[in-house]
Amino acid sequence: MTIPEIFETMEYGPAMEDASEAHAWIAKHEGRFGHFIGGAFTAAGESFATRNPATGEDLAHITQGTQADVNAAVDAAAKAFPRWSKLSGHQRARHLYALARLLQKHSRLFAVLETMDNGKPIRESRDIDIPLAQRHFYYHAGLAQLRDSELPGHQPLGVCGQVIPWNFPLLMLAWKVAPALAAGNTVVLKPAEYTSLTALLFADICREAGLPKGVVNIVTGDGATGAALVDHPGVAKVAFTGSTEVGGKIREATAGSGKALTLELGGKSPYIVFDDADIDSAIEGLVDAIWFNQGQVCCAGSRLLVQENIAEDFHARLKARMANLRAGDPLDKCIDIGAVVDPVQHAQISRMVSENTAGETYHAPIDMPSTGCFYPPTLITGLEPADRLMQEEIFGPVLVSSTFRTPGEAVALANNTRYGLAATLWTENVNLALDVAPTLAAGVVWVNATNLFDAAAGFGGVRESGFGREGGWEGLLAYLKPADAGKPVKPAKVHAPGEADFEGIDRTAKFYVGGKQARPDGGYSRPVHGHRGALLGHVGIANRKDIRNAVEAAQKAAGWGKTTGHLRAQILYYIAENLGARAGEFADRIRAQTGRSAASAREEVEIALSRLFSYAAWADKFDGAAKSVPIRGVALAMNEPVGVIGAFCPEEAPLLGPVSLLAPAVAMGNRIVLVAGESAPLSATDLYQVLDTSDVPGGVVNILTGSHSELAKPLATHMDVDAVWSFSSADISGVIEAGSAGSLKRTWVNNGRNPDWFGATVEGKAFLRAATEVKTIWVPYGE
Amino acid sequence: MTQTTLETTTVAAGLPQVSHPRNPGMALDMDWVMGAQANTSAIERRCATLPGRRTVKKEYQAAWLARAISCIDLTTLAGDDTPGRVKRLCAKAMQPVRADLLEALGLPDLTTGAVCVYHEMVPYAVEALAGSGIPVAAVSTGFPAGLSPYPLRVKEIEESVKAGAEEIDIVISRRHVLTGNWQALYEEMKDFRAACGEAHVKAILATGELGTLRNVARASLVCMMAGADFIKTSTGKESVNATLPVSLVMIRAIRAYQQVTGTRVGYKPAGGISKAKDSLVYLSLMKEELGDRWLRPDLFRFGASSLLGDIERQLEHHVSGAYSASWRHAMA
Repeated sequence: MTIPEIFETMEYGPAMEDASEAHAWIAKHEGRFGHFIGGAFTAAGESFATRNPATGEDLAHITQGTQADVNAAVDAAAKAFPRWSKLSGHQRARHLYALARLLQKHSRLFAVLETMDNGKPIRESRDIDIPLAQRHFYYHAGLAQLRDSELPGHQPLGVCGQVIPWNFPLLMLAWKVAPALAAGNTVVLKPAEYTSLTALLFADICREAGLPKGVVNIVTGDGATGAALVDHPGVAKVAFTGSTEVGGKIREATAGSGKALTLELGGKSPYIVFDDADIDSAIEGLVDAIWFNQGQVCCAGSRLLVQENIAEDFHARLKARMANLRAGDPLDKCIDIGAVVDPVQHAQISRMVSENTAGETYHAPIDMPSTGCFYPPTLITGLEPADRLMQEEIFGPVLVSSTFRTPGEAVALANNTRYGLAATLWTENVNLALDVAPTLAAGVVWVNATNLFDAAAGFGGVRESGFGREGGWEGLLAYLKPADAGKPVKPAKVHAPGEADFEGIDRTAKFYVGGKQARPDGGYSRPVHGHRGALLGHVGIANRKDIRNAVEAAQKAAGWGKTTGHLRAQILYYIAENLGARAGEFADRIRAQTGRSAASAREEVEIALSRLFSYAAWADKFDGAAKSVPIRGVALAMNEPVGVIGAFCPEEAPLLGPVSLLAPAVAMGNRIVLVAGESAPLSATDLYQVLDTSDVPGGVVNILTGSHSELAKPLATHMDVDAVWSFSSADISGVIEAGSAGSLKRTWVNNGRNPDWFGATVEGKAFLRAATEVKTIWVPYGE
Repeated sequence: MTQTTLETTTVAAGLPQVSHPRNPGMALDMDWVMGAQANTSAIERRCATLPGRRTVKKEYQAAWLARAISCIDLTTLAGDDTPGRVKRLCAKAMQPVRADLLEALGLPDLTTGAVCVYHEMVPYAVEALAGSGIPVAAVSTGFPAGLSPYPLRVKEIEESVKAGAEEIDIVISRRHVLTGNWQALYEEMKDFRAACGEAHVKAILATGELGTLRNVARASLVCMMAGADFIKTSTGKESVNATLPVSLVMIRAIRAYQQVTGTRVGYKPAGGISKAKDSLVYLSLMKEELGDRWLRPDLFRFGASSLLGDIERQLEHHVSGAYSASWRHAMA
């Protein structure tokens, strides 16, 4: 077009980013890449093509990692671990700083390569992905520097196997590699097969930065390579970002292996617009929510919930905005919508949308490229929660919409999902915003903004969106373990009956469910004998229905999570007061069950009292944080209760065991279903009389007795349980981890080693962290 | 992609037209005014990311810069303005870019959108621009503070119109906004509009003195309801003048007003826009938020004095391939 013509039409015209440097880098590697193992590239093996989804052009050939490749990489990482983990924090910080600097120096090359390999608009890779990746390394250079002084008593895990997705290839690498290295681990990273190139460029950077050989290893390949890495016995921790389906499989595959695991999975995040919002800004926010990276974002605000009285106007204005989006070659600097990552993903999006018959489907009336892997921005209005597309993740540029009438209904609709990754809400009313944000089932909440990320702020989900946080101190802790590994547990010792020497009136301990004593559903009990065989009483044998009843009672007590820390402290003190009044009786019971000395039994009661005091103290002191994020606003890290926790008590301390579990759980606002130890269950059942007299609301603490081996599965698989802890002597860690895969609940299992319940180190933050979820609430402000 | 019809532009490319149907105004709708919201941080994010989302290169950039020139209200508002100074400005408005460059661009008839002066300078500007088709705009109503006696402010408009000004840039009483006296603002704007007669009226909100973006949104709506043909950010004399966030708020108000009434109101950012690149961002903001129809001088103006100089140098760079120098271009 001539200048006078453009002067009339005022079109944008092409504004292509130069890709020659990226092509030159690929050519330098002769278009074929091996793995990066032990500080060097291996020769390329059996390979597959990685394509530019916008053009279909083959960019390079990537090696399909074999079991032998994975073995070599894990070996290299294991070999590098001792030296790397023993470096001072400062020395590791220097390495991370060097990586950050080099990422910055090569930022445009990374951005162009990312866009070519993934299809995302160059604006996003240039202005968002790559700067956030740099920021992650800078931030974690700082965490490496501070780790030793700020987190004493911790040590790195070992070799971390990390499997990342294709939607933010370099950024997800940064989220995985930076905290692992900062903590002192070494890594083997498997990038997604569609998008391996920036990880391989990162390997180049690691060499350039002089990172010790073997600290970072990159093995390319498809899901089979990832599975080999996850299954490798030399891996101490698995970190995965990807689909909920694969996350569940990884949970099952690693169950009982002792490997640490964090999962960041799918989402169907709500985007709530109240009628007093700045509507135009809320609509612009949707562009950043669902049309960011073609909607291929795990935390995409993909489920629009608009207040009914503004819905019609909102949808009309939204459609007008959609008509202004520009789709095209993602290397064009003027493009909002690039290519979907692969034809497979495109087919999946198309199928889900075309199979839907509910509501009204609107495709943005914009010019779409005639070739390449492009899907138009789409809005489906008038859906109901029962419609499939309101529940299932599409992972494409497709927004679904429904309406609500009241804030309460908005929250109910928002939480009516298997997922719990992120949520967005728009309102100009600070009361409404701060009231609604904590009630949303999500790990991240954005107020009057969306898709804000920073290395200082934790990111991660609840429910089937996974567990663990990335970013901030909480993210670093996912790459550390206590320096004290505890001692191997001993099997539960159930004493055999001696001569019948029962005296007094028959006492049968019952279950404690919903604040009431309950008989076992199955109608079976067993005798409990003292160490000399004396019959001490009977306890019920719980079955799966008793688990069901206890969980139901615990769920009904949800109001406990909304009480104040002060009130919860008062009740814990009151428990201690009433337990203290019966200290002698509890000591005698311990002694009778275990045969320990009077002094030892008395000591256990005393420590239990102290422990109750400790968690009463913590109840109003386990503070959240206001994170230093680079915006004008606050990112609040709020410690919220996990919900309903199922816990198997240890055998080593009949009273102190259950107290050590229930006190932190209750202090943080959780409800708990305790399964007493098997050898001396009467101390736990005696406890319910104390709870009964201490104003503990019904359902907050529930106590069952029975076989840990039999109850592990029903508790771990229960969909309405939010976390399961096990300090059991029974071999149930694997059963619990495998059982948790169905709903991807958090688990905390002992793998056959328990801490010293009588010691001081068992008390405090490890339990408090297990009893809380960090929810990050972003509140930008300004008038 | 463009579906807008340019019903008012009928003459040769480059000639600015002030022929858009005027805004008849409407009754003051307080529910609408008070319902207006402006979330500052979200608005700032939109503005911060826009330059990264849209860009124009090569011949597109040259054409867009020429378009920016066609939308400039070339302005002098100094205490030492003289007829000679104004005459020089008018000559520049008629020949904004060196003739050989305009020839190379294929836009030989390019002029600025208008010339903007104080009342006393109107006759000289009208005389200098005679036959060019370039309108003269007069700042009025006790510009810049708007605190002279009310009847005199109304009278000042009438005098400027009588002197030949086809556009009147009025200043609103900021105190009406700051005290929430929307009715008073509405009445004032109506009076000013009436005093303008056939001349088009631009309402200067002095956004730098309104305190909040929400106030900017509300003042924009009230002035449009009272019949403003244009809304304009600033006098150029406030400590903060045109900014992208303020512009976004005002043009979203324009969009809302058009959606409800069907009437298009123009927009004029003024003060502080001095770089060619800034003018491109403003044009893309207009295109994105309001559409192509608002990229014409009858609905969009820059209030600027030094912007033209920077654009001239960029255009010479486009034509010659070498970076330019200011002394190679005629001064205003």
